[in-house]
Order: sequence, then C-alpha cells, then structure tokens
Amino acid sequence: MIVTILDVVIAGLLLGGLYALIAMGLSLQYGVARVLNISHGEFIMLGALTTWMLYTAFGINPLLCLVVCGPLAFILGFILHRTIYKRLSVISATPGIFEGNSMLASFGLLFIIQNLALIAWGSKIKGYSYLAVPVDLGGALFGANRLVTLGFAVLIGVAFYIFLTQTRLGKAIRAAAQDPSTAGLLGVNINLVLALCFGLGAAMAACAGMLISMSYPVNTVMGMEYTVIAIIVVVLGGLGSIPGSFIGGFILGLIGSIVTYFEPGLALVAYYIIFTILLLLKPTGLMGK
Amino acid sequence: MNKLTLTSKNFLILRIILLVGLIILVTLPFYAAIYTTIFLSTIFMYIVLTSSWAMFSGPTAQISLATAAFFGVGIYIAATLGTIMPLLVVVLIGGLVSAALALFVGGLTLRLKGIYFTIFTFGLLELMKNLLLWFEIKFTGTRGRFVVVVDYNTVYFIMLAILVLTLLTAYLIRQSKYGLALQSIGEQEEAAEHIGINVTLVKVFTFAISAFFIGAAGTIMATRWTYVDPYIAFNMNFSFTPVLMAIFGGIGPLFGPVLGAIIFAYLEEILITQFPYYYMLLFGIILLVSVLYLPNGLVGLIKKWRARATGGEHGNS
Amino acid sequence: MAILEGEGVTKYFGGLVAVSDVDFHVDQGEIVGLIGPNGAGKTTLFGLISAALVPKPGLIRFKGENITGLKPHQICRKGLARTFQSVKIFPNMPVISNVALGVHFGTPERVTSAQAVEEAARLLEFVGLSAMAAIPAKDLTLVNQKLLEVARALATKPEVLLLDEIMAGLNSTEIAQAMELVSKIRAQGITIFMIEHVMKAIMSVCDRIMVLHHGKKIAEGTPQEIATSETVIKVYLGE
Repeated sequence: MIVTILDVVIAGLLLGGLYALIAMGLSLQYGVARVLNISHGEFIMLGALTTWMLYTAFGINPLLCLVVCGPLAFILGFILHRTIYKRLSVISATPGIFEGNSMLASFGLLFIIQNLALIAWGSKIKGYSYLAVPVDLGGALFGANRLVTLGFAVLIGVAFYIFLTQTRLGKAIRAAAQDPSTAGLLGVNINLVLALCFGLGAAMAACAGMLISMSYPVNTVMGMEYTVIAIIVVVLGGLGSIPGSFIGGFILGLIGSIVTYFEPGLALVAYYIIFTILLLLKPTGLMGK
Repeated sequence: MNKLTLTSKNFLILRIILLVGLIILVTLPFYAAIYTTIFLSTIFMYIVLTSSWAMFSGPTAQISLATAAFFGVGIYIAATLGTIMPLLVVVLIGGLVSAALALFVGGLTLRLKGIYFTIFTFGLLELMKNLLLWFEIKFTGTRGRFVVVVDYNTVYFIMLAILVLTLLTAYLIRQSKYGLALQSIGEQEEAAEHIGINVTLVKVFTFAISAFFIGAAGTIMATRWTYVDPYIAFNMNFSFTPVLMAIFGGIGPLFGPVLGAIIFAYLEEILITQFPYYYMLLFGIILLVSVLYLPNGLVGLIKKWRARATGGEHGNS
Repeated sequence: MAILEGEGVTKYFGGLVAVSDVDFHVDQGEIVGLIGPNGAGKTTLFGLISAALVPKPGLIRFKGENITGLKPHQICRKGLARTFQSVKIFPNMPVISNVALGVHFGTPERVTSAQAVEEAARLLEFVGLSAMAAIPAKDLTLVNQKLLEVARALATKPEVLLLDEIMAGLNSTEIAQAMELVSKIRAQGITIFMIEHVMKAIMSVCDRIMVLHHGKKIAEGTPQEIATSETVIKVYLGE
C-alpha cells in the first residue's frame, strides 16, 4: 500500500517537474511579453528531436545537448520575438488586439515548425535509451533517466528563480511583467527584456524537450499536447506568476499521476476539467494578480 | 440596415449571377468528370468551414480554434450512426451534436475575458482526441471505426446543400438585427451590453449555429474516408486552414472567406500529393505573413485599392 | 418617490476603496448632479448602478426593486440607461444604426427594422444629428459622438438616464446646447442623474447636487446650499 502511494507520488513529482519547466517557459512569454505562444510545444518537440538525432546519429550525450539546444533555442526565440512579435506590438492598436494577433502568429509558427520537423524527421515515433537503469526508492523502481529529469527540472527551476529575484536583469524582467510602460520609464530597455524573456521561454521548452526525450518516446506531433498542459498549468498557477507556474506544475503532475493510476488515458481529461473549473471560479489562478 | 451600398440594378445582376452559378453547380455531376465533382466537394467543405468560422469569430473578434473539434464530432457521428440511419438524418444529427457541444463550451467560456475562450478552444481538440481514444480502448476495444461508404455524387449534392444553407444563414444573420448586434459586440462590447443586448447569449447562439454547419460538413465528408480514428478525425489542420482562409481572404465581408477558401483549397489540392508537408509549411508561412502585413485580408486590400482608385471613401463630417 | 436609490454602496479595487458606504436617492423627474474632484468615485458609482460593476457590499434599488446583481442588459431593459465618460459609440457603424440598435434591444418590445430606423431617425432629430445619419460614427466630432451616445441611450426608452460628463471637452456654445438638451430630456419625463465638472452647467440645470470625495458622500443639497457649503469649498480649494 505504502509502496503504491510512494510510486504514485514520485511518479507525480517526476511528471510535475517537467510540467513546471514547460509552464515556466510559457509563463515568461505570456506573463512578460504578453504573447500567448501556442507554438510553445513545438519548441519542446524541437529540443526532443534534436537530442534524439544527436544521440542516435552521433552518440552525443543528451545531457550535453542541454548545453547546445538551450542556447540555440534561446537565440531562435530571441530572433522570433524581434522579427515577429515586436512588429505586431507596433501595428496592434490595443493590447487586446496584440494578444489576438500574436496568438494567430504563433499559430502560423506552430505549423511552420511542425512541418519543417515533419520534412526533416518524418512522422514515425522515435525513442532511445539512455540511463534507463532502475533505481530503487523505498521499494518502488524508477528509471535513473526519469530521476535525472526531475533533478534537472528542479535545478533549472530553482536557478531561474534565483536569477529572477537576485540579479538585476531578473528584477528588470519582473518589473516588465508587472507594468511594461513604467518599467520602460525606469530605464529598462523594454524591447530587449521582452525578447530575452521570449528567448528564455523557448530555451526552457527545448530543455524540457531534451529531458522528455530521455524518458519517453518522441515524435514530431508531440508538441500540441504539451502546449495545452503548459497553458493549463500557467492558468492554474496564475497568469504572470512564475513561482505559480512552478508550483502549479507539480500540482498538476501529482493529479496526473493519481488519475493515471486509477484510469490510464484520462489524465488530460482530468486536467481539462480542473482547467474549466478554474476558469469559472478563479481565473486568476492560485497566485495570480 | 447594413452597408451594402448596392444599387437595385447591381443587386439584380448579382442575384442573376448567383442563380446561374447555382444552376451550373447543381447540374455539374451530370457532365463533369468524377475528379471535378470530388474536387469541388472539397472546396465546398472549405467554404463551409471558413464561412462558419467567420460567422462567429469575424464580428466578435473572438478567435475560435474549435473548428476541428466540431468537424471531428461530425466525423464520429458519421462513423457511429452512418450505417444505422438514413444519411440525411445522420448529417442533421452531426450538425446538432456539434451545435450542442458549442452551446456547452460557449456557455462556459464565452462569458470570460477574450483570450481564455481561444485557449479553451485550442485545447478542446486534444481533449476530444484523448477522450475518444480512452473511450475506444476501454469500451469498444478497437481503435477507430469504419464509415459507411457513400457515392461521390451524393456527397457532392449534400455538401452543396450545406454550403448554400451556410452562406444563406451567414447572409441573413448579417442583414438582421442580430448581425448588427454581433458587430456592436465586436466593436464595443460594454456599450452593447448597456443598450440591452444579452452579449453572452448572442455570442453563444452564433457560436452554436456556426458549429452546426461545421459538424454537418464533417459528417458528410467522413464518408470519403472509409476509416477514421481519433487522430484522423481530430486534426488541427481543420482548425488552421479556415483561419488562414478567412484571414487571407478577409474576415469581414461574405466574399472574403469564400475567396480565401477557394484559393487555398485549390492550392492544397495541387500541392498535397506531391509535397504533403511542404504545402502546410507554405500555409503556415502565409498565415504568419498575413497577420503581419495584411490586416484586413485580401478583400480589405482590394477595397483599399478601389478606394484609392476612386479617390477616397465616404466624406467626413 | 425615489426612482433610483442606493444604500451603503461600496466598492473596493484590491485594497483601494473607490466608493465607500454611499447612500443616495434620485426622485422621479429630478435632475440630480454628481460632482467631486477627480478620482472621487463618481464614474465608479455609475458603473455600480448600471451593473458594469457589482457593489460589495451595498444595495441598489430601481423603482423599489432591488437590482443589485442583475446584468447590464437587464438593467437597461428595466429602464435605466447611461452614457460613458470615454465615449463608447460603435465606430464602424453608421450613426443611425448605432441608435437603431438601442431601439431593437433596449426594450422588451419587438420592432421591425423599418420601425427601428424610423424611431432612430426621430431620436437623431431630437438631439440634432439628423444630417449625420449615414456617416460612420467614428468620423463624427467628439461633441457629436456624445450626442450620438445620448440618442442611443434614449432609444432604449429609459426612465432614468445616467449622463457621465457629457460636457467634457465642449466649448461654451456647445455646453449651452447640451444644457438645453438635458432640459428637453427632462421635459420628456425622464429622470436625470449626471456627473459633471462644468460647475456653471451643473449649478443652473440641477435640482439637487451630491458631492463625492475619496469615495464618500460629503454633501448633498440644492445648488445654492452646495455653492455655499464650507465642506465642499474646502474640498475643491484644497486640491
């Protein structure tokens, strides 16, 4: 009995770590840059498939890929913001219109990235085995790869939290999230900060993708489900609250693990029910402003 | 009451053109190649999807990404009921079930701040897919099902009928006080609410009406697939292409969506066999470029050119 | 008989109190003015009455009936209409359609398109906008847009009309015309509750005036009483 509970709880934490990571990335993009990036999942997919490719073709250690994929994704995200979303913020008459337009642009981006990936890698499911050694935790067995995933997710999350609260740039980002115009008046180069946040969000997505690829099979259409989950976590944690996304991720992961224990395959449905209830009762989420 | 500043003579010419066009389309299967009939059915489908999408998301400016979900529901209705009920009844049920889903989703989320609705519709597709996958694994034991086979001409006629109904409905709504109310909601929602318009009700109803046609289209088109499963039925492409077609063609006026649908349905037809992923890639790029540079779509662009050519629009006060 | 009244009407935005425990009443046929320094909570109070916002706590009664918690469109249909401080006309529609919409949806009666247009035309004439009927509302001057909002509000056949700073940004001729319009509206039997900063106008046209400051009602009385009230003078001069 205890073993089962431990099983479910740890599985929930493993899942939660991943969710926290992808949600934090999206939270940065939506909370600060106000871009509802529904192509977020595609960056996850890119991270996952690039890692797969590098590992199976060149034998490159997936953890090393973090060092490669992360910055690359950051640069990509940065460029995308400067070229696409900045222009949109200029031509959109109101914030509401900007939200709609940037969401549509992200929609287009979703199909561009997904189809580029389909052209490059095809649609078959891919997977690889790395660190798949079982580790015994209080009687329950977990793959070392999944524990590493959790470890990294928490590490990245904590590092990011420290960055946000302790560094000048981090504080500038938080100021921009609270109030972009005032932050601009206080000397924050708002355009730079927005693009940075977008890039960081993309980088986190790619890292999450790389971590996912270590433990689960991947394919070129995996992105959308993760985007939906990220959105739900962001709303659960509170729009604009990055700590909220972190905690929300773990909460959702635990719920997912519990639901999967009783009825596998219904996790997303459960998430959606929670999502619906949230939207109706407290759309600002747990820690939202 | 609306802005169609057509003279009665123009209007008569337009009606004659439409009538002639309709006659040609109705008699087409009797003299055209099968390929043309099939191809036109697909174009009709896209026009229905795009016009239905624009019927709601155009005036209210609330972007729905649920088109594929309603379409998928229609497909599954065909798959489950197609062999046990007459075809027209099944199509009707497909439309009604989709409308019911829209009433439910709309009722829940259209009262919320704009972007939440769009987010919800985006996730709806994955939700339906997961739900049906789970259902099939748990209760029917198989994945996917076979759909009743219907001959090409019947599909063509039913699709044409749905098309005519959709465009007619879109037109009648625009001309009625509800069309005006919809427009006012899109332009200034708070004021609309304060002059007695039950904004949520109007939105939900329009959403449901648009979903009816999308679902019906899904039901009849499903018969061309012979086999469907949740992945085939619930495909984000069907939420994407109508948005692309409407934005590129121009959301506002009736002709924009039709124009956009024809252009891209044709493009897809040409490209899909040779370059399956490339054409979707191209579409993604076109959507992105359209959002960035073409704020009012093709029709808006044409209007601007015409206005510039004739020296400006209405006089100012 | 008070046609519109509020008891203990309060509204907080986060930690900030916008309207604090305000009791008010407007009697049938009156023109009541609502004044106060910027940020006093006047527009918020209107929002609470028109149900754009919900008072917490507090109660609002219209014709004796508790309307707290109803939706804006329901309140409109009961006979309470308003204009907005930042003009909220429907910009891309012709002027006459703006008003016709009010006719169609503002009352429980059903009218045909032709009847709505006819009524709208009559209202446009009432406010003096007949010449602009076919022009898109966004192309109107500010003063005409304000007149349009009034016409649109009147289209919903209100018994009480809330006017939110309709004279802001008007020159003296336009102000005089606006004052005349307000009198004309009252002559139709409509009760008026108006927010205004233009003192001259408020003093001459209102039967009674209410003063808000920091969300609280600090004075109430005839224009004479208010003009000579020490509390009010202090509040305005102290600014």
